[in-house]
Amino acid sequence: MGIFPRHRLAAVALVATGALLATSGCGGGSEDAGDGTITLTVDVFGQLGYEQLYQQYMDANPGVKIVERGTGGNLDEYSPKLTQWLAAGKGAGDVVAIEEGLMVEYKANPDNFVNLLDHGAGELKGNFLEWKWNQGLTADGKQLIGLGTDVGGMAMCYRTDLFAQAGLPTDREEVSNLWPTWEDYITTGEKFKAANTGASFLDAATNTFNTIVLQTAGNAQGYHYYDTSDNLVVDSNPAVKQAWDTTMNIINAGLSGKYGSWSEEWVSAFKQAKFATIACPAWMTGVIEGNAGPEASGKWDIARVPGNGGNWGGSHLAVPRQSKNQEEAIKLIKFLTSAEGHIGAFKAKGPLPSSPQALDDPAITEATNAYFSEAPVGKIFGEGAKTLKPVYMGPKNQAVRTEVENAVRTVELGQRNPEQGWQDAITNAKKAAAK
Amino acid sequence: MALQLDTRGPATPAPRDTRPFRAGRLSRIDTKYSPYLYIAPFFVIFAIFGAWPLAYTFWVSLHDWDLLGSNPTFVGVDNYTQLLADSDFWHSVVNTLGIFVISTVPQLLLALWLANMLNRQLRLRTGWRMAVLVPNVTSTAAVAIVFGVLFGREFGMINWMLDLVGIDGIEWKSDRFASWVAISAMVDWRWTGYNALIFLAAMQAIPRDLYEAAAIDGANRARQFWTITVPLLKPTIIFCVIISTIGGLQLFTEPRLFHSGTNAIRGGPMRESQTMTMYMFENAFAPYYNFGYGSAVAWLLFALIAIVAAINVLIIRRLGAGARPDTGRRKGGSR
Repeated sequence: MGIFPRHRLAAVALVATGALLATSGCGGGSEDAGDGTITLTVDVFGQLGYEQLYQQYMDANPGVKIVERGTGGNLDEYSPKLTQWLAAGKGAGDVVAIEEGLMVEYKANPDNFVNLLDHGAGELKGNFLEWKWNQGLTADGKQLIGLGTDVGGMAMCYRTDLFAQAGLPTDREEVSNLWPTWEDYITTGEKFKAANTGASFLDAATNTFNTIVLQTAGNAQGYHYYDTSDNLVVDSNPAVKQAWDTTMNIINAGLSGKYGSWSEEWVSAFKQAKFATIACPAWMTGVIEGNAGPEASGKWDIARVPGNGGNWGGSHLAVPRQSKNQEEAIKLIKFLTSAEGHIGAFKAKGPLPSSPQALDDPAITEATNAYFSEAPVGKIFGEGAKTLKPVYMGPKNQAVRTEVENAVRTVELGQRNPEQGWQDAITNAKKAAAK
Repeated sequence: MALQLDTRGPATPAPRDTRPFRAGRLSRIDTKYSPYLYIAPFFVIFAIFGAWPLAYTFWVSLHDWDLLGSNPTFVGVDNYTQLLADSDFWHSVVNTLGIFVISTVPQLLLALWLANMLNRQLRLRTGWRMAVLVPNVTSTAAVAIVFGVLFGREFGMINWMLDLVGIDGIEWKSDRFASWVAISAMVDWRWTGYNALIFLAAMQAIPRDLYEAAAIDGANRARQFWTITVPLLKPTIIFCVIISTIGGLQLFTEPRLFHSGTNAIRGGPMRESQTMTMYMFENAFAPYYNFGYGSAVAWLLFALIAIVAAINVLIIRRLGAGARPDTGRRKGGSR
C-alpha cells in the first residue's frame, strides 16, 4: 500500500537506500564509534538554543559527541515522527524533547521512557517550578519521564514602526498601558485599523485565542478543555466560552490579518510587516526573529500581555528506553536542565527557564534583547513566571485544541458565523476526544 | 507440441543408463524450476514489502490500536462500521474523487493532444519530447511547495495576476472547489508529459500505411486521429487510465504540502482538500494516533481503488467497442 505505486523504481531505490543506510549505521539512534566515543542524538523541534551548551558539555566530556536533529522544525511534524519511533522501538534519539501539550499522551505509556527517578533525578526536584516538575511525573507519582526545560511566560510583541505610523505610542510602558484588558486591546486595534497603515493589527485569531484561553483558564479553575478528572468540558467550561467570545470580538472588529499560523503566508507576512502585534510567549521571540529576519531588527518591541499573565508551551527532555546510551543521555539532560543550562538556552534563543534559581539569576533578570529594541526580556517574561498558574492538559489535549482552533479559523475566514463556529468546535472536539 | 515430444524422446531409454538419467533429471529439474528461481526475487520482495504489510494492516484494522499503547484490543469490524458512518471520511472520499476527475480527464486529453503533436515532423523533435518530461523529474515536494506559494491568498502570484485583470482574489486554500482546481493543476503539470510520452510511444507503433491509405481515401487529419490513432491506442489508454487512477486516488504529497502551517494534514480549515490518504495519516498518526482506525481507512481506500479501476475498464471497453468495427474496416481497406 505504498503512496506512489507509479514509482516502482523509485520505491525499489528507496528500499535499497534504506537498507544501505541501516547497514552503514545512519538509521538513527546512536552507535559507538570504534575509538570509544559515544554519540548522543538529541531530537528537538523549534529553537531550544542548546548549541553552545553542547560544545561546553563536549569539552568537559571528551568521550561524548552530541548531534542535534530537527532544529527549527515544526511541532506538528515532529510529534508524529517521535510517536512512530517510539512505536517502532527504533529511530528515536537518545534525548527527545516533549512539548507540554503532548506530555499527557506520552505519560499514558510511560514505559517508552527511562524512569528518571531510578537514576537519582529525585533530588533535582527543587531545581524546577513545582508544577513543571509535576508535568513530567506520571499520575501515580512513581515515574518521572521528563525534566523541564522552558515555560511559556506571556507578553505582547509589537512593531514600533507600524505603531508610529498609526499615531500610537511606541514606548513599551505606554503601550502596555494601552491594554490592561483584552477589550482595551480591541479598542487600540480599532484605532490602529482606522489609521490605514496597510497592515493588520494582529497575525491570526487562532494564536490570540490560544493565548486568551490559557490565560483565562489559568486564572480560573486551572483547566481548559479537560477538567482535572479528564472529563471533556469544552462546552461547559466558562473559561473556554469567555475566551471564544473575546476572540470573536477581535474577529468582528476586523483586526486579524488571517495569516494561518506557521504557514508560508504567516512567514511572508512577518517579512513584509503585514501585522503590528502578535501574542508572544517567551519562546516566540526566537520565532519572530527567525521569520522577520535581520532587516526588522530594532523594529520590534515587547509589552505586557492584555489580561493577566498566562502560560503557553514549554517542554521537557526525556530519554527513550530504546536508547543504547541511557546513562550518558541522562547525564546530558541533567546538565541541559540545570540552572546553568536554562540560562544558556535563554541567552541563545529566548526560552524562559523553568528553574527558580535561574529565574532569580542576574543573567536572566537583567537580560535584554537587542533584536527587540533592547527590551528587558528577563524582567518582562521572568516577572510572572514564578507565580504562573499552569493549565491542566487532558489526554487528547492536542486533538481537541486543534478542533477548537480550527473552528476559530473558519469564523476568521468567514466560512462560518460565530454561533456555527462554536457548535462546530463542540461537536468536533467531542468527536476528537472519542477517537 | 512438437517441442514437448522432442524433449521427452531421449528421456525414455534413460533407465538403462544411469549417467544420461542423472543428467536428464538434473536438466529436467533445471528446466522445470529455474524459471521460478529467476522470477523469485520479485515475489520474495513483494511478499515482504507488499503482501505482508497488506495483511498486517488488515490485522491491525480489526483492533483498537493506540500507536503507543502496549495492549491492542480486538474489536472485530468496529473500526469499519464506525468509519462507514464517519462524515469526515466520506468528505475525504468525495474530495479524492473530485480531485481525481478534475485532474485526470484534462490530463489524459492534453497528453493525447501533445503526443499527437510530437508525433508529427517537427524541428528539434527530440528536444521537445524530452522537454515534456522535465516537470516529471522535479521533486514532488518542491513542486507542491512552489504551487502552494503561487496559489497563496495574499502574496500569491495567481491572485496577483487575477487582480491585474480586475478579478477578486480567490481563497485557493479554503474554498473547496478552488483548492481542488489548484491541486489538479499541480498534478497535471507533473504527469501530463509522462502520459504524453507513453501515448507517443504507442502511436509510433501504429503502421504508417494505415494513415497513407486513409489519406488516399480522403480522410483529413482529425478524422485520421479519431478513427485510426485513438482506437489503436486503446490498450495504452487503458493502461494510463489505470495508472492514473491508482496514483490519483492515493494523492498525498501535493495536497499535504499545498497546505502549510498548523495542522496542514486536515487540508484546509473545513477539510476542503483533504484526500483519503491524508485522512488515513491524520487518524493513524498525528493528532489521533489511532492505528486501527487508520488501517481501516487504508483498506477501504484499497477497495475503492479496485472499484474505480474496474469501472474505468468497463467504460473504456464500452467506448472501444464502438470504435472497433471502424478499425476493422480500415484494416481491411489497407490490406
